[in-house]
Amino acid sequence: MINKSAQIEENKEGYREIKITVFRYNSQNKDAKPEYQTYKLVETPGMTLYIALIKIWSTMDHNLSFDFVCRAGICGSCSMVVNGKPKLACKTRTSEFEDGKITLLPLPTFKHIKDLSVDTGNWMNAMSKKMESWIHTKEVTDIAAIEKPVEPDVAQAVFELDRCIECGICLAACSTKVMKEDFVGAVGLNRVARFSIDPHDERTDEEFYELIGDDDGVFGCMSLMGCEDHCPKDLPLQTKIAYMRRKMVKV
Amino acid sequence: MSQKDSTVELLTGKGRLGKKSKIPARLDLLQSVTGLFLAIFITFHILFESSILFGKEAMYKLTKMFEGEPFIEGGEPLIITALAFVIFSMFIFHAFLAMRKFPDSYKEYQRYRAHSKLLKHDDTNLWFIQITTGFVMFFLGSIHLYMMMTEPGKIGPYASSDRIYSDWMWPMYLLLLIAVVLHSWVGIYRLIIKWGWFDGKDPRKNRKRSKLAIKTLIVIYLLLGLASLAVYMKIGYDHQDDYGSRYISESHT
Repeated sequence: MINKSAQIEENKEGYREIKITVFRYNSQNKDAKPEYQTYKLVETPGMTLYIALIKIWSTMDHNLSFDFVCRAGICGSCSMVVNGKPKLACKTRTSEFEDGKITLLPLPTFKHIKDLSVDTGNWMNAMSKKMESWIHTKEVTDIAAIEKPVEPDVAQAVFELDRCIECGICLAACSTKVMKEDFVGAVGLNRVARFSIDPHDERTDEEFYELIGDDDGVFGCMSLMGCEDHCPKDLPLQTKIAYMRRKMVKV
Repeated sequence: MSQKDSTVELLTGKGRLGKKSKIPARLDLLQSVTGLFLAIFITFHILFESSILFGKEAMYKLTKMFEGEPFIEGGEPLIITALAFVIFSMFIFHAFLAMRKFPDSYKEYQRYRAHSKLLKHDDTNLWFIQITTGFVMFFLGSIHLYMMMTEPGKIGPYASSDRIYSDWMWPMYLLLLIAVVLHSWVGIYRLIIKWGWFDGKDPRKNRKRSKLAIKTLIVIYLLLGLASLAVYMKIGYDHQDDYGSRYISESHT
Protein backbone atom coordinates (compact mmCIF):
# COMPACT_ATOMS: atom_id res chain seq x y z
CA MET A 1 0.00 0.00 0.00
CA ILE A 2 1.05 3.54 -0.63
CA ASN A 3 2.52 5.44 2.27
CA LYS A 4 -0.36 7.84 3.01
CA SER A 5 1.58 10.37 5.03
CA ALA A 6 4.18 10.67 2.29
CA GLN A 7 1.39 11.06 -0.28
CA ILE A 8 -0.31 13.89 1.61
CA GLU A 9 2.98 15.62 2.13
CA GLU A 10 3.81 15.47 -1.54
CA ASN A 11 0.32 16.51 -2.55
CA LYS A 12 0.73 19.67 -0.55
CA GLU A 13 3.48 20.59 -2.94
CA GLY A 14 0.96 20.50 -5.76
CA TYR A 15 1.99 17.26 -7.42
CA ARG A 16 -0.78 15.34 -9.09
CA GLU A 17 -1.77 11.76 -8.53
CA ILE A 18 -1.40 9.42 -11.51
CA LYS A 19 -2.90 6.00 -12.09
CA ILE A 20 -0.78 3.32 -13.65
CA THR A 21 -2.59 0.19 -14.80
CA VAL A 22 -0.36 -2.79 -15.39
CA PHE A 23 -1.01 -6.09 -17.16
CA ARG A 24 -0.36 -8.82 -14.61
CA TYR A 25 0.19 -12.39 -15.67
CA ASN A 26 2.63 -15.10 -14.79
CA SER A 27 2.88 -17.36 -17.82
CA GLN A 28 4.92 -19.88 -15.76
CA ASN A 29 2.01 -20.40 -13.38
CA LYS A 30 -0.66 -22.66 -14.87
CA ASP A 31 -3.32 -21.41 -12.46
CA ALA A 32 -2.63 -17.74 -13.11
CA LYS A 33 -5.17 -15.66 -15.00
CA PRO A 34 -4.29 -12.46 -16.87
CA GLU A 35 -5.55 -9.34 -15.08
CA TYR A 36 -5.02 -5.61 -14.89
CA GLN A 37 -3.89 -3.96 -11.67
CA THR A 38 -4.03 -0.23 -11.03
CA TYR A 39 -1.56 1.61 -8.82
CA LYS A 40 -2.01 5.19 -7.67
CA LEU A 41 1.09 7.23 -7.03
CA VAL A 42 2.20 10.80 -6.77
CA GLU A 43 3.99 12.16 -9.78
CA THR A 44 7.30 13.85 -9.08
CA PRO A 45 9.07 16.31 -11.41
CA GLY A 46 10.79 14.65 -14.35
CA MET A 47 9.32 11.27 -13.46
CA THR A 48 9.82 8.64 -16.14
CA LEU A 49 7.85 5.42 -16.39
CA TYR A 50 10.97 3.64 -15.23
CA ILE A 51 11.05 5.75 -12.06
CA ALA A 52 7.32 5.24 -11.54
CA LEU A 53 7.68 1.47 -11.88
CA ILE A 54 10.59 1.40 -9.47
CA LYS A 55 8.49 3.38 -7.02
CA ILE A 56 5.60 0.93 -7.38
CA TRP A 57 7.95 -2.02 -7.03
CA SER A 58 9.79 -0.64 -3.99
CA THR A 59 6.84 0.82 -2.09
CA MET A 60 3.73 -1.08 -3.18
CA ASP A 61 4.27 -4.35 -4.96
CA HIS A 62 7.50 -6.29 -4.83
CA ASN A 63 5.97 -8.99 -7.00
CA LEU A 64 5.71 -6.78 -10.08
CA SER A 65 8.07 -7.85 -12.88
CA PHE A 66 9.58 -5.57 -15.52
CA ASP A 67 12.96 -5.29 -17.21
CA PHE A 68 15.50 -2.51 -17.19
CA VAL A 69 19.26 -2.08 -17.14
CA CYS A 70 20.68 1.25 -18.25
CA ARG A 71 17.89 3.80 -17.55
CA ALA A 72 19.29 5.90 -20.40
CA GLY A 73 17.69 4.60 -23.60
CA ILE A 74 20.72 2.56 -24.59
CA CYS A 75 20.18 -1.03 -23.50
CA GLY A 76 16.68 -1.46 -24.97
CA SER A 77 15.50 -3.58 -22.04
CA CYS A 78 12.60 -1.53 -20.74
CA SER A 79 10.45 -1.44 -23.88
CA MET A 80 6.75 -1.88 -23.16
CA VAL A 81 3.40 -0.86 -24.57
CA VAL A 82 2.37 2.49 -23.10
CA ASN A 83 -1.25 3.46 -23.75
CA GLY A 84 -1.14 1.35 -26.91
CA LYS A 85 2.23 2.58 -28.20
CA PRO A 86 5.44 0.62 -27.74
CA LYS A 87 8.00 2.84 -26.01
CA LEU A 88 11.07 2.75 -23.79
CA ALA A 89 9.94 3.20 -20.17
CA CYS A 90 13.14 5.07 -19.31
CA LYS A 91 12.63 7.63 -22.07
CA THR A 92 8.92 8.21 -21.45
CA ARG A 93 7.89 10.85 -18.93
CA THR A 94 4.64 10.42 -17.02
CA SER A 95 3.90 14.12 -17.65
CA GLU A 96 3.30 13.25 -21.34
CA PHE A 97 -0.08 11.84 -20.30
CA GLU A 98 -2.38 14.72 -19.56
CA ASP A 99 -5.12 12.76 -17.83
CA GLY A 100 -2.58 10.95 -15.65
CA LYS A 101 -3.87 7.53 -16.70
CA ILE A 102 -1.26 5.17 -18.07
CA THR A 103 -1.78 1.57 -19.11
CA LEU A 104 1.30 -0.61 -19.43
CA LEU A 105 1.39 -3.88 -21.36
CA PRO A 106 4.24 -6.22 -22.22
CA LEU A 107 5.51 -6.08 -25.82
CA PRO A 108 3.49 -8.31 -28.10
CA THR A 109 5.29 -10.64 -30.57
CA PHE A 110 7.84 -11.78 -27.96
CA LYS A 111 7.70 -14.67 -25.54
CA HIS A 112 5.95 -13.41 -22.45
CA ILE A 113 7.69 -14.12 -19.14
CA LYS A 114 5.77 -12.28 -16.43
CA ASP A 115 3.82 -9.01 -16.16
CA LEU A 116 5.78 -6.50 -18.28
CA SER A 117 8.75 -8.75 -18.80
CA VAL A 118 9.29 -10.43 -22.18
CA ASP A 119 12.15 -12.37 -23.70
CA THR A 120 13.57 -10.21 -26.48
CA GLY A 121 17.12 -11.53 -26.02
CA ASN A 122 16.67 -15.01 -27.39
CA TRP A 123 14.70 -13.74 -30.36
CA MET A 124 17.35 -11.10 -31.17
CA ASN A 125 20.10 -13.65 -30.82
CA ALA A 126 18.36 -16.03 -33.23
CA MET A 127 17.74 -13.17 -35.64
CA SER A 128 21.40 -12.15 -35.53
CA LYS A 129 22.43 -15.68 -36.42
CA LYS A 130 19.79 -15.99 -39.13
CA MET A 131 20.85 -12.65 -40.67
CA GLU A 132 24.51 -13.69 -40.31
CA SER A 133 25.22 -10.41 -38.55
CA TRP A 134 28.94 -10.29 -38.85
CA ILE A 135 31.46 -9.05 -41.38
CA HIS A 136 32.00 -11.66 -44.09
CA THR A 137 35.43 -11.26 -45.60
CA LYS A 138 38.20 -13.47 -46.94
CA GLU A 139 40.76 -10.86 -46.05
CA VAL A 140 43.02 -11.84 -43.17
CA THR A 141 43.31 -8.99 -40.73
CA ASP A 142 46.80 -7.89 -39.86
CA ILE A 143 46.35 -6.15 -36.54
CA ALA A 144 49.81 -4.59 -36.80
CA ALA A 145 48.94 -2.78 -40.07
CA ILE A 146 46.97 0.45 -40.35
CA GLU A 147 43.33 -0.18 -41.22
CA LYS A 148 42.08 0.60 -44.71
CA PRO A 149 40.37 3.96 -44.75
CA VAL A 150 36.60 4.12 -45.13
CA GLU A 151 34.87 7.12 -46.68
CA PRO A 152 33.48 9.25 -43.81
CA ASP A 153 30.00 9.32 -45.40
CA VAL A 154 29.94 5.54 -45.68
CA ALA A 155 31.23 5.10 -42.13
CA GLN A 156 28.58 7.51 -40.90
CA ALA A 157 25.85 5.60 -42.73
CA VAL A 158 27.00 2.33 -41.14
CA PHE A 159 27.22 3.90 -37.66
CA GLU A 160 23.75 5.35 -38.12
CA LEU A 161 22.26 1.87 -38.61
CA ASP A 162 24.48 0.45 -35.89
CA ARG A 163 22.63 2.62 -33.38
CA CYS A 164 19.89 -0.05 -33.18
CA ILE A 165 19.53 -1.14 -29.55
CA GLU A 166 17.42 -4.26 -30.28
CA CYS A 167 14.64 -3.04 -28.02
CA GLY A 168 12.01 -4.89 -30.08
CA ILE A 169 9.77 -1.84 -30.47
CA CYS A 170 9.86 -2.04 -34.28
CA LEU A 171 8.47 -5.57 -34.04
CA ALA A 172 5.85 -4.72 -31.43
CA ALA A 173 4.66 -1.85 -33.66
CA CYS A 174 4.54 -4.01 -36.79
CA SER A 175 1.23 -5.56 -37.81
CA THR A 176 3.01 -7.84 -40.23
CA LYS A 177 5.09 -9.28 -37.41
CA VAL A 178 1.99 -9.58 -35.23
CA MET A 179 0.38 -11.74 -37.92
CA LYS A 180 3.36 -13.55 -39.41
CA GLU A 181 5.48 -15.02 -36.67
CA ASP A 182 8.52 -15.76 -38.83
CA PHE A 183 8.80 -12.24 -40.23
CA VAL A 184 12.27 -10.88 -39.48
CA GLY A 185 11.03 -7.30 -39.03
CA ALA A 186 12.70 -3.94 -39.35
CA VAL A 187 15.45 -4.87 -36.89
CA GLY A 188 16.52 -7.77 -39.14
CA LEU A 189 16.21 -5.82 -42.40
CA ASN A 190 18.10 -2.90 -40.87
CA ARG A 191 20.84 -5.30 -39.86
CA VAL A 192 21.23 -6.62 -43.40
CA ALA A 193 21.19 -3.05 -44.77
CA ARG A 194 23.96 -2.20 -42.31
CA PHE A 195 26.23 -4.97 -43.63
CA SER A 196 25.30 -4.36 -47.25
CA ILE A 197 26.62 -0.77 -47.09
CA ASP A 198 29.69 -1.67 -45.06
CA PRO A 199 32.70 -1.90 -47.42
CA HIS A 200 34.38 -4.38 -45.05
CA ASP A 201 31.70 -6.94 -45.88
CA GLU A 202 32.34 -8.75 -49.15
CA ARG A 203 28.92 -10.32 -49.53
CA THR A 204 27.08 -9.76 -52.81
CA ASP A 205 23.41 -8.87 -53.22
CA GLU A 206 22.84 -12.50 -54.29
CA GLU A 207 24.13 -13.60 -50.90
CA PHE A 208 21.96 -11.06 -49.06
CA TYR A 209 18.99 -12.34 -51.09
CA GLU A 210 19.55 -15.74 -49.47
CA LEU A 211 18.97 -14.05 -46.09
CA ILE A 212 15.96 -11.83 -46.77
CA GLY A 213 14.67 -12.71 -50.26
CA ASP A 214 11.31 -14.13 -49.21
CA ASP A 215 8.08 -13.33 -47.37
CA ASP A 216 9.79 -13.79 -44.00
CA GLY A 217 12.24 -11.13 -45.15
CA VAL A 218 11.95 -7.94 -47.16
CA PHE A 219 9.04 -9.12 -49.34
CA GLY A 220 6.96 -9.78 -46.24
CA CYS A 221 7.13 -6.11 -45.25
CA MET A 222 3.85 -4.41 -46.11
CA SER A 223 5.18 -0.87 -45.51
CA LEU A 224 2.82 -0.17 -42.61
CA MET A 225 5.56 2.01 -41.09
CA GLY A 226 4.87 1.07 -37.47
CA CYS A 227 8.63 0.54 -37.11
CA GLU A 228 9.58 3.89 -38.59
CA ASP A 229 7.04 5.79 -36.49
CA HIS A 230 7.89 4.16 -33.14
CA CYS A 231 11.64 3.50 -33.23
CA PRO A 232 13.02 5.22 -30.10
CA LYS A 233 16.36 5.76 -31.83
CA ASP A 234 14.78 7.37 -34.92
CA LEU A 235 16.54 4.96 -37.26
CA PRO A 236 15.81 5.55 -40.96
CA LEU A 237 13.87 2.29 -41.27
CA GLN A 238 11.48 3.44 -44.00
CA THR A 239 14.28 4.32 -46.39
CA LYS A 240 16.50 1.38 -45.52
CA ILE A 241 13.75 -1.21 -46.04
CA ALA A 242 12.89 0.44 -49.39
CA TYR A 243 16.62 0.40 -50.23
CA MET A 244 16.90 -3.34 -49.52
CA ARG A 245 13.68 -4.04 -51.43
CA ARG A 246 14.95 -2.21 -54.51
CA LYS A 247 18.24 -4.10 -54.29
CA MET A 248 16.61 -7.49 -53.78
CA VAL A 249 14.16 -7.28 -56.72
CA LYS A 250 17.14 -6.67 -58.99
CA VAL A 251 18.90 -9.89 -57.95
CA MET B 1 10.00 -24.57 -62.89
CA SER B 2 10.49 -28.27 -63.57
CA GLN B 3 8.94 -31.00 -61.45
CA LYS B 4 12.40 -31.87 -60.10
CA ASP B 5 13.10 -28.26 -59.13
CA SER B 6 9.80 -27.85 -57.33
CA THR B 7 10.33 -31.16 -55.51
CA VAL B 8 13.75 -29.98 -54.32
CA GLU B 9 12.17 -26.73 -53.11
CA LEU B 10 9.44 -28.73 -51.35
CA LEU B 11 12.05 -30.77 -49.50
CA THR B 12 14.70 -28.14 -48.79
CA GLY B 13 13.00 -24.77 -49.11
CA LYS B 14 15.57 -23.92 -51.78
CA GLY B 15 16.17 -24.65 -55.46
CA ARG B 16 18.48 -27.28 -56.97
CA LEU B 17 21.47 -24.92 -56.82
CA GLY B 18 20.79 -24.40 -53.13
CA LYS B 19 19.47 -20.91 -53.81
CA LYS B 20 16.26 -19.29 -52.69
CA SER B 21 13.50 -18.89 -55.24
CA LYS B 22 13.25 -15.56 -57.03
CA ILE B 23 9.46 -15.92 -57.21
CA PRO B 24 8.74 -13.87 -54.01
CA ALA B 25 10.67 -10.94 -55.54
CA ARG B 26 8.72 -11.23 -58.79
CA LEU B 27 5.38 -11.47 -56.99
CA ASP B 28 6.16 -8.40 -54.88
CA LEU B 29 7.15 -6.38 -57.93
CA LEU B 30 4.20 -7.58 -60.01
CA GLN B 31 1.76 -6.71 -57.24
CA SER B 32 3.09 -3.16 -57.32
CA VAL B 33 3.16 -2.96 -61.14
CA THR B 34 -0.39 -4.26 -61.62
CA GLY B 35 -1.64 -2.07 -58.78
CA LEU B 36 0.00 1.02 -60.24
CA PHE B 37 -1.41 0.25 -63.69
CA LEU B 38 -4.94 -0.19 -62.29
CA ALA B 39 -4.68 2.92 -60.10
CA ILE B 40 -3.58 5.05 -63.06
CA PHE B 41 -6.38 3.55 -65.13
CA ILE B 42 -8.99 4.35 -62.49
CA THR B 43 -7.86 7.95 -62.03
CA PHE B 44 -8.47 8.54 -65.75
CA HIS B 45 -11.63 6.43 -65.80
CA ILE B 46 -13.25 8.55 -63.08
CA LEU B 47 -12.21 11.73 -64.87
CA PHE B 48 -13.71 10.47 -68.13
CA GLU B 49 -16.98 9.34 -66.62
CA SER B 50 -17.23 12.73 -64.89
CA SER B 51 -17.58 14.26 -68.37
CA ILE B 52 -21.31 14.05 -67.65
CA LEU B 53 -20.78 17.10 -65.41
CA PHE B 54 -20.14 19.04 -68.62
CA GLY B 55 -23.39 17.82 -70.14
CA LYS B 56 -24.79 14.85 -72.05
CA GLU B 57 -23.13 15.88 -75.30
CA ALA B 58 -19.66 15.95 -73.70
CA MET B 59 -20.15 12.47 -72.25
CA TYR B 60 -21.53 11.18 -75.57
CA LYS B 61 -18.58 12.55 -77.55
CA LEU B 62 -16.09 11.01 -75.14
CA THR B 63 -17.89 7.64 -75.25
CA LYS B 64 -17.79 7.64 -79.03
CA MET B 65 -14.12 8.60 -78.96
CA PHE B 66 -13.37 5.48 -76.90
CA GLU B 67 -15.39 3.46 -79.39
CA GLY B 68 -12.97 4.55 -82.09
CA GLU B 69 -14.69 7.52 -83.72
CA PRO B 70 -13.78 9.27 -85.99
CA PHE B 71 -11.70 6.35 -87.36
CA ILE B 72 -14.63 3.95 -87.23
CA GLU B 73 -17.99 5.21 -88.47
CA GLY B 74 -20.49 5.16 -85.57
CA GLY B 75 -17.92 3.68 -83.17
CA GLU B 76 -17.12 0.07 -82.32
CA PRO B 77 -18.23 -1.02 -78.81
CA LEU B 78 -16.03 -4.13 -79.11
CA ILE B 79 -13.08 -1.83 -78.38
CA ILE B 80 -14.64 -1.35 -74.94
CA THR B 81 -15.02 -5.12 -74.59
CA ALA B 82 -11.34 -5.58 -75.37
CA LEU B 83 -10.32 -2.82 -72.97
CA ALA B 84 -12.55 -4.22 -70.22
CA PHE B 85 -11.06 -7.68 -70.84
CA VAL B 86 -7.52 -6.35 -70.38
CA ILE B 87 -8.52 -4.47 -67.21
CA PHE B 88 -10.44 -7.47 -65.87
CA SER B 89 -7.44 -9.74 -66.43
CA MET B 90 -5.15 -7.28 -64.70
CA PHE B 91 -7.70 -6.87 -61.90
CA ILE B 92 -7.89 -10.63 -61.29
CA PHE B 93 -4.11 -10.97 -61.42
CA HIS B 94 -3.66 -8.10 -58.96
CA ALA B 95 -6.29 -9.59 -56.61
CA PHE B 96 -4.51 -12.95 -56.81
CA LEU B 97 -1.17 -11.36 -55.88
CA ALA B 98 -2.58 -9.10 -53.15
CA MET B 99 -4.44 -11.96 -51.50
CA ARG B 100 -1.07 -13.27 -50.28
CA LYS B 101 -1.04 -10.44 -47.78
CA PHE B 102 -4.52 -10.93 -46.32
CA PRO B 103 -4.80 -12.28 -42.78
CA ASP B 104 -5.40 -15.96 -43.56
CA SER B 105 -6.82 -17.32 -40.31
CA TYR B 106 -8.87 -16.23 -37.31
CA LYS B 107 -5.67 -16.04 -35.30
CA GLU B 108 -3.99 -13.67 -37.72
CA TYR B 109 -7.10 -11.54 -38.10
CA GLN B 110 -7.67 -11.34 -34.34
CA ARG B 111 -4.06 -10.42 -33.69
CA TYR B 112 -4.03 -7.79 -36.43
CA ARG B 113 -7.26 -6.10 -35.28
CA ALA B 114 -6.45 -6.18 -31.57
CA HIS B 115 -3.00 -4.81 -32.31
CA SER B 116 -4.17 -2.04 -34.63
CA LYS B 117 -6.84 -0.95 -32.13
CA LEU B 118 -4.14 -0.66 -29.49
CA LEU B 119 -1.61 1.06 -31.71
CA LYS B 120 -3.97 3.61 -33.32
CA HIS B 121 -1.42 4.12 -36.05
CA ASP B 122 -2.42 5.92 -39.21
CA ASP B 123 -0.59 3.81 -41.79
CA THR B 124 -1.56 0.55 -40.10
CA ASN B 125 -5.21 1.66 -40.30
CA LEU B 126 -4.74 2.65 -43.94
CA TRP B 127 -3.81 -0.94 -44.66
CA PHE B 128 -7.09 -2.10 -43.13
CA ILE B 129 -8.88 0.22 -45.55
CA GLN B 130 -6.79 -1.36 -48.28
CA ILE B 131 -7.74 -4.96 -47.54
CA THR B 132 -11.40 -4.13 -46.81
CA THR B 133 -11.87 -2.18 -50.03
CA GLY B 134 -9.90 -4.84 -51.90
CA PHE B 135 -12.23 -7.52 -50.60
CA VAL B 136 -15.30 -5.45 -51.51
CA MET B 137 -13.96 -5.00 -55.03
CA PHE B 138 -13.54 -8.74 -55.61
CA PHE B 139 -17.31 -8.69 -56.04
CA LEU B 140 -18.32 -5.18 -57.06
CA GLY B 141 -15.44 -4.70 -59.47
CA SER B 142 -16.24 -8.04 -61.10
CA ILE B 143 -19.90 -7.09 -61.61
CA HIS B 144 -18.94 -3.81 -63.24
CA LEU B 145 -16.19 -5.22 -65.43
CA TYR B 146 -18.26 -8.19 -66.61
CA MET B 147 -21.08 -5.82 -67.54
CA MET B 148 -18.74 -3.58 -69.50
CA MET B 149 -17.34 -6.60 -71.31
CA THR B 150 -20.71 -8.04 -72.26
CA GLU B 151 -22.74 -4.88 -72.84
CA PRO B 152 -20.19 -2.39 -74.16
CA GLY B 153 -22.75 -0.73 -76.42
CA LYS B 154 -24.88 0.40 -73.50
CA ILE B 155 -22.68 3.27 -72.49
CA GLY B 156 -23.96 6.77 -73.06
CA PRO B 157 -25.76 9.65 -71.36
CA TYR B 158 -29.13 7.86 -71.31
CA ALA B 159 -27.99 4.22 -71.40
CA SER B 160 -25.65 4.69 -68.43
CA SER B 161 -28.21 6.78 -66.51
CA ASP B 162 -30.95 4.18 -67.11
CA ARG B 163 -28.62 1.48 -65.85
CA ILE B 164 -27.73 3.49 -62.76
CA TYR B 165 -31.24 4.70 -61.89
CA SER B 166 -33.88 2.41 -63.40
CA ASP B 167 -31.81 -0.79 -63.28
CA TRP B 168 -30.92 -0.10 -59.64
CA MET B 169 -27.21 -0.19 -60.16
CA TRP B 170 -26.59 3.00 -58.17
CA PRO B 171 -26.05 1.34 -54.76
CA MET B 172 -23.43 -0.90 -56.36
CA TYR B 173 -21.74 2.05 -58.09
CA LEU B 174 -21.81 4.12 -54.91
CA LEU B 175 -20.01 1.44 -52.91
CA LEU B 176 -17.66 0.64 -55.78
CA LEU B 177 -16.77 4.32 -56.17
CA ILE B 178 -15.85 4.70 -52.49
CA ALA B 179 -13.93 1.41 -52.49
CA VAL B 180 -11.99 2.06 -55.68
CA VAL B 181 -11.05 5.67 -54.84
CA LEU B 182 -9.78 4.73 -51.39
CA HIS B 183 -8.01 1.60 -52.60
CA SER B 184 -6.27 3.30 -55.52
CA TRP B 185 -4.96 6.36 -53.71
CA VAL B 186 -4.01 4.55 -50.51
CA GLY B 187 -2.32 2.01 -52.78
CA ILE B 188 -0.33 4.72 -54.56
CA TYR B 189 0.75 6.20 -51.20
CA ARG B 190 1.92 2.77 -50.09
CA LEU B 191 3.83 2.28 -53.35
CA ILE B 192 5.61 5.61 -52.79
CA ILE B 193 6.71 4.44 -49.32
CA LYS B 194 7.39 0.85 -50.31
CA TRP B 195 9.82 1.70 -53.11
CA GLY B 196 11.07 5.03 -51.73
CA TRP B 197 10.02 7.00 -54.85
CA PHE B 198 10.03 10.51 -53.43
CA ASP B 199 12.42 10.10 -50.50
CA GLY B 200 14.53 13.09 -51.55
CA LYS B 201 16.74 14.73 -48.97
CA ASP B 202 14.14 14.57 -46.21
CA PRO B 203 12.19 11.31 -46.53
CA ARG B 204 10.14 11.94 -43.37
CA LYS B 205 8.92 15.32 -44.52
CA ASN B 206 8.24 13.95 -48.00
CA ARG B 207 6.25 11.08 -46.56
CA LYS B 208 4.01 13.59 -44.77
CA ARG B 209 3.66 15.54 -48.00
CA SER B 210 2.77 12.39 -49.94
CA LYS B 211 0.16 11.45 -47.38
CA LEU B 212 -1.39 14.92 -47.43
CA ALA B 213 -1.46 14.89 -51.24
CA ILE B 214 -3.08 11.45 -51.24
CA LYS B 215 -5.74 12.46 -48.70
CA THR B 216 -6.53 15.57 -50.73
CA LEU B 217 -6.83 13.52 -53.92
CA ILE B 218 -9.14 11.05 -52.16
CA VAL B 219 -11.49 13.90 -51.21
CA ILE B 220 -11.34 15.42 -54.72
CA TYR B 221 -12.00 12.10 -56.44
CA LEU B 222 -14.81 11.16 -54.07
CA LEU B 223 -16.50 14.51 -54.63
CA LEU B 224 -16.01 14.22 -58.37
CA GLY B 225 -17.37 10.67 -58.44
CA LEU B 226 -20.32 11.44 -56.19
CA ALA B 227 -21.20 14.55 -58.20
CA SER B 228 -21.22 12.62 -61.47
CA LEU B 229 -23.18 9.76 -59.91
CA ALA B 230 -25.77 12.31 -58.76
CA VAL B 231 -26.00 13.74 -62.28
CA TYR B 232 -26.46 10.26 -63.78
CA MET B 233 -29.17 9.65 -61.17
CA LYS B 234 -30.94 12.87 -62.11
CA ILE B 235 -30.78 12.09 -65.82
CA GLY B 236 -31.97 8.54 -65.12
CA TYR B 237 -34.87 9.84 -63.03
CA ASP B 238 -35.96 12.28 -65.74
CA HIS B 239 -35.52 9.62 -68.41
CA GLN B 240 -37.32 6.74 -66.70
CA ASP B 241 -40.44 7.01 -68.87
CA ASP B 242 -38.28 6.68 -71.97
CA TYR B 243 -36.19 3.86 -70.49
CA GLY B 244 -34.05 2.20 -73.13
CA SER B 245 -34.13 5.00 -75.69
CA ARG B 246 -30.69 6.25 -76.67
CA TYR B 247 -29.23 9.70 -76.70
CA ILE B 248 -29.02 11.38 -80.07
CA SER B 249 -26.10 13.71 -80.50
CA GLU B 250 -26.77 17.39 -81.09
CA SER B 251 -24.57 17.15 -84.17
CA HIS B 252 -26.99 14.55 -85.63
CA THR B 253 -30.10 16.68 -85.09
